[in-house]
Amino acid sequence: MSIKTEKSTPTPGFDPVRRKFLSAVAAAAGVALAPGVMLYGITKSNSAAARVSGSAVSSNVRWGMLIDLNRCDSGCDDCVTACSKENGLQGHGRPATDAQWIRKVDVTNPQTGASQSLPMMCQHCADPPCVDVCPTGASFKRADGIVLVNKHTCIGCRYCMMACPYKARSFIHESLEDQKPHAPRGKGTVESCTLCVHRVDAGGQPACVEACSDTGGGAMLFGDLKDPDSEISQRVAKYATQQIRADLGLDPGVRYRNL
Amino acid sequence: MTRHRALIGILVIALAGLAVASHAADQQNNTKGVPFPAIAMGQGETCVEDTDFMRRNHMDLLDHQRDETVINGVRTEQHSLKECINCHVVNGPDSVPVTVSSPQHFCRSCHDYAAVSVDCFQCHASRPGVEN
Repeated sequence: MSIKTEKSTPTPGFDPVRRKFLSAVAAAAGVALAPGVMLYGITKSNSAAARVSGSAVSSNVRWGMLIDLNRCDSGCDDCVTACSKENGLQGHGRPATDAQWIRKVDVTNPQTGASQSLPMMCQHCADPPCVDVCPTGASFKRADGIVLVNKHTCIGCRYCMMACPYKARSFIHESLEDQKPHAPRGKGTVESCTLCVHRVDAGGQPACVEACSDTGGGAMLFGDLKDPDSEISQRVAKYATQQIRADLGLDPGVRYRNL
Repeated sequence: MTRHRALIGILVIALAGLAVASHAADQQNNTKGVPFPAIAMGQGETCVEDTDFMRRNHMDLLDHQRDETVINGVRTEQHSLKECINCHVVNGPDSVPVTVSSPQHFCRSCHDYAAVSVDCFQCHASRPGVEN
């Protein structure tokens, strides 16, 4: 039994207050059914680095990203290059179907002519539509907010690709060899940005963020949105930031500033 | 006639010698008279579990570990496929680690013998990290 307690913005047909109430009832019932047995342990850990090796990810953490578009240059695609290198993504000269975990999008205001460039990838929603539509449960959200595809259960139906409003997922059409050991990927499964989950689990940050601060404009900031002391939380609290298509109520973990 | 006897004697001795030699070779490779797969040894002193246990249960350990890793983010090395691959690496004639496309590959050497096909390597790397 999994209990979801994250706060989220309302969506049609989804009532967070009701869900919270049901969760509370379920938790109370769980304790009452087995007196003396600790069914739901509550541990409070503010820092992600506190996660002991071998312990499961915790919902006390929510990984997120803040991207400052004033620092994102239209001609720069260091984040895209770093992502491909890190995860062993190779094109086959077929842009329509080649794997794409992160891409640069240029947007122009037709009224004023002002244009901006932004990196677009899986937004790691709190209420991800890709998870809602997955028939096998392969598309799932980890306790710490990272949305992933469990390729062991993915049947390649691509419903999630249809459901994602950010066009963040791709399907692997070709047989692959010599994948990166930390990024298994194979024909017939859907994939998307993993927020470099192998790095995050080791206490690091995603490859795109690292590349952006090393050689790019330093526009990307990665951190724990639930830790009030983290830099990302403080910046999000201080400055006006935007979620793309916030009207859908998906509560993406990726936020943009100066959009 | 004596020449023929001598020739037959020499032939008998030679055949006996061959038989003894081939029997000795047989005993080195296989003690029970049935063919066995040639399995490459791992690099460490011992495997993470007893060999007998691993032969019967490695698939369950891998299954359990894969769910722990993907869903719960537990990336310990004890029963991870990645560490199996790192330790049981087999180098080819060019001293580059072989992929699962080679019959010498650790997993394949036994799975070919047991006629068990696995699809792990449709997604997972079958040799330690290679720069693309």
